[in-house]
Amino acid sequence: MSNSLNDNLIFECETGNYHTFCPISCVAWLYQKIEDSFFLVIGTKTCGYFLQNAMGVMIFAEPRYAMAELEESDISAQLNDYKELKRLCLQIKQDRNPSVIVWIGTCTTEIIKMDLEGMAPKLELELQIPIVVARANGLDYAFTQGEDTVLAAMAHRCPNSDESNKKISNSSLLDNLFKSTLALSKINNNKSIKKSQQPPLVLFGSIPSIVANQLTMELKKQDIEVAGWLPSQHYSELPVLHEGVFVCGINPFLSRTATTLMRRKKCQLIGAPFPIGPDGTRAWIEKICKVFNKIPKDLEEREALVWEQLEDYVKLLRNKSVFFMGDNLLEISLARFLVKCGMIVYEIGIPYMDKRFQSAELVLLEKTCVEMNVPIPRIVEKPDNYNQIQRIRELQPDLAITGLAHANPLEARNITTKWSVEFTFAQIHGFTNARDLLELVTRPLRRNQNLKHLGWSQLVNSQSK
Amino acid sequence: MKLAYWMYAGPAHIGTLRVASSFKNVHAIMHAPLGDDYFNVMRSMLERERDFTPVTASIVDRHVLARGSQEKVVENITRKDKEENPDLILLTPTCTSSILQEDLQNFVDRASLESNSDVILADVNHYRVNELQAADRTLEQIVRFYIEKGRKDGLLSQDKTLSPSANIIGIFTLGFHNQHDCRELKRLLNDLSIKVNEVIPEGGFVENIKKLPKAWFNIVPYREVGLMTAIYLEQEFKMPYISTTPMGLVETAQFIREIANILQENSSINFEKYVDNQTRFVSQAAWFSRSIDCQNLTGKKAVVFGDATHSASMTKILSREMGIRVCCSGTYCKHDADWFREQVQGFCDEILITDDHTQVGNKIAELEPAAIFGTQMERHIGKRLDVPCGVISAPVHIQNFPLGYRPFLGYEGTNQIADLVYNSFTLGMEDHLLEIFGGHDVKTVITKSLSTNSSLNWSTSAISELNKIPGFVRNRVKRNTEKFARDQGLVEITIEVMYAAKEALAG
Repeated sequence: MSNSLNDNLIFECETGNYHTFCPISCVAWLYQKIEDSFFLVIGTKTCGYFLQNAMGVMIFAEPRYAMAELEESDISAQLNDYKELKRLCLQIKQDRNPSVIVWIGTCTTEIIKMDLEGMAPKLELELQIPIVVARANGLDYAFTQGEDTVLAAMAHRCPNSDESNKKISNSSLLDNLFKSTLALSKINNNKSIKKSQQPPLVLFGSIPSIVANQLTMELKKQDIEVAGWLPSQHYSELPVLHEGVFVCGINPFLSRTATTLMRRKKCQLIGAPFPIGPDGTRAWIEKICKVFNKIPKDLEEREALVWEQLEDYVKLLRNKSVFFMGDNLLEISLARFLVKCGMIVYEIGIPYMDKRFQSAELVLLEKTCVEMNVPIPRIVEKPDNYNQIQRIRELQPDLAITGLAHANPLEARNITTKWSVEFTFAQIHGFTNARDLLELVTRPLRRNQNLKHLGWSQLVNSQSK
Repeated sequence: MKLAYWMYAGPAHIGTLRVASSFKNVHAIMHAPLGDDYFNVMRSMLERERDFTPVTASIVDRHVLARGSQEKVVENITRKDKEENPDLILLTPTCTSSILQEDLQNFVDRASLESNSDVILADVNHYRVNELQAADRTLEQIVRFYIEKGRKDGLLSQDKTLSPSANIIGIFTLGFHNQHDCRELKRLLNDLSIKVNEVIPEGGFVENIKKLPKAWFNIVPYREVGLMTAIYLEQEFKMPYISTTPMGLVETAQFIREIANILQENSSINFEKYVDNQTRFVSQAAWFSRSIDCQNLTGKKAVVFGDATHSASMTKILSREMGIRVCCSGTYCKHDADWFREQVQGFCDEILITDDHTQVGNKIAELEPAAIFGTQMERHIGKRLDVPCGVISAPVHIQNFPLGYRPFLGYEGTNQIADLVYNSFTLGMEDHLLEIFGGHDVKTVITKSLSTNSSLNWSTSAISELNKIPGFVRNRVKRNTEKFARDQGLVEITIEVMYAAKEALAG
């Protein structure tokens, strides 16, 4: 498998001079997902200004996040970090009474080496509120990887079976004990084990609860029970994780979380393509079925039906070309889906490429390209936006998927763009949302189709670069 | 540490970048971690810029943290020099990079040896100044650099232009209605037969900075940015400057008289006829505030909050030109508090200097004005309290970068402001009808408000009576009644208590 990867897929690495969001932006969707949480971003005015502008309207809806704004006296260590954080967290406890406070470490706390991980347990005892520390900083991570750092930190707080046993009834307690003593392979191979004794499956990745329910239902149709989600709707409902639990990711940027689940929680990772697009969703379900020794039911028909419903959108995309500048790590899955829709992908820019975590997705991408008879796109890690824009000028793709910093200037130069951030905020997972996903992708094409006859596509002076 | 949800002024490097990217053919390189180039998004989205924002980042990552930037910054500067061939490259530190304490000046010195562009390091302290102060400082720094360069090269032309001319200093990108204001200022100067020598930084070339001294005087329309530059030019070349903001009829007249004073040294110029004609007949604002329609605004309460320039000007317009009672006027420009106090003294009941939006929110909840004139933040506070709000100052959203012509300065500006004020208050006739017929809004009264935490019980009949009171005074009636009840030691509020409270207050 890995051989074929190296043979056909071309990976490049550029300078890393590209535009993306700071990973602290993950608080925007995580505070909404985890309803009883409070996110405290410990950083400077720069972080605060970014959040305020990136979140737009949400900021006014009494958000459950705030900045612990570092001042000069904090930087020069004239103030005691511990006392300062205690003061702020007490205030948060009083005002909002959350079930968990998540500290988001930033570039500044990294540079001044503020020991957040060391302070959190002490303060947690004093305040009697769990404090989770995630270092979602721009020195190490890009955009969606922020969620990865938070979920990886959260994974440590998931109860293991012993704690959870206290809460559940006697019969299931025995059941659980029985299960945890069984060797993993035995569970897997022992076909006599009844349906209810399928090893627990926990899915990880933050998506709106509607989408989470949709995916849970999809698996239920295949007789697969989802034991829990990381993250859950409430901090108190974090899933039970221990040896023998199977885990599967739903987003391509969750490699740290996957590693943590495997190494620290001894869970078994199901490496599957991600449930983005009907092809991805089917491959995802199939892989999970395979692990649990189930034969997928009606899956092919299901996928075919979804494609049929998408036909009016797919028609717009067929034989068109697309260029991903890369900023949110969803690029491989989206490119794979768009190839399946009949598009030609020129380049897949991506901030960071975990070839192990994304291996199944990469294989599917390659397979899809062969099947659709299109060239395999080059994958550019840590892209250089300046070089990419030169390439876009040369290639003149029908669609450029890009960040907000470049979208307007490209449109003015008659390059149709779709801003990439929308893919992280929209509901794009599963069979049900495939149409929404294509709605996003085709929107700029449909809009420009409507305006085409006006002849105003070039909107900059000829001397503008 | 400070617990903060929202800030009025951004971090220092934003100010520096705003100035740099306003000039033509100037490129800024930020020494910053990944994701700090959010400025490009703001400029591209808010200003709907067609061109690529001339700002790139020299990324500070783990390697830089471990080994220092070494060649990286120099390479990024020389690379940008070759790619874009800018006149000036401005290396901009960020709050992150300033803690690293790398010798950025050294990088700049080395890079300037290799590149055709001029290279300078923006000199701002991230923990002491905000966006506006940094913008002011950066503009002065760039002007000083090119004046000194021009002087050294013997290219500085100090001969004044033949006919009167002025520089406009401080128009820049992401400024509140700056583009429209600039057009209006040019129009005004044209009316007065004054040529515009240079406008900086917006759309100006750094090469033209050496021509600044040719103008007869400088105009600094906004208090926040440009003053340092004007003072520098005054010291160097004895160039007079005008820092009066021509916003509102009275201030615009004052602005024009100051121009006349400067020009009078050379010729006897009298603009009084022009001012009078514009005020009474061209601008509609003077007539508008005299028209009977505007009577209804008399004594209505308003709260004003924003940057120092707009908040002070607005306070004066409301109270002096429209007869509206400004019950509180405030600014988030704490560094300029003294000037602000002096300006609005006598035009408002109360002055509020803070950059904490919760304090502003509480003040508005407490005062219950009929309208607010503030920033986007006050608009949202107004929404929650059901008080209309006109936006008069940054920080703003995309809707405050209108495509249509909407200056705040000059005579057309007075018309725009009059419209904004009038439309923000409930229309006069509507007011009366509401009072007579007990209101048309059937919204149920929310008994819990922002400012009061009452444990008082409202009887059903009292609530329905309260419902009949027009929306814009309902809160006040409710609060007064509750205060009366508490004073009297009453727990239950009935219709009788309401009437008693009304009488007690009247007496």
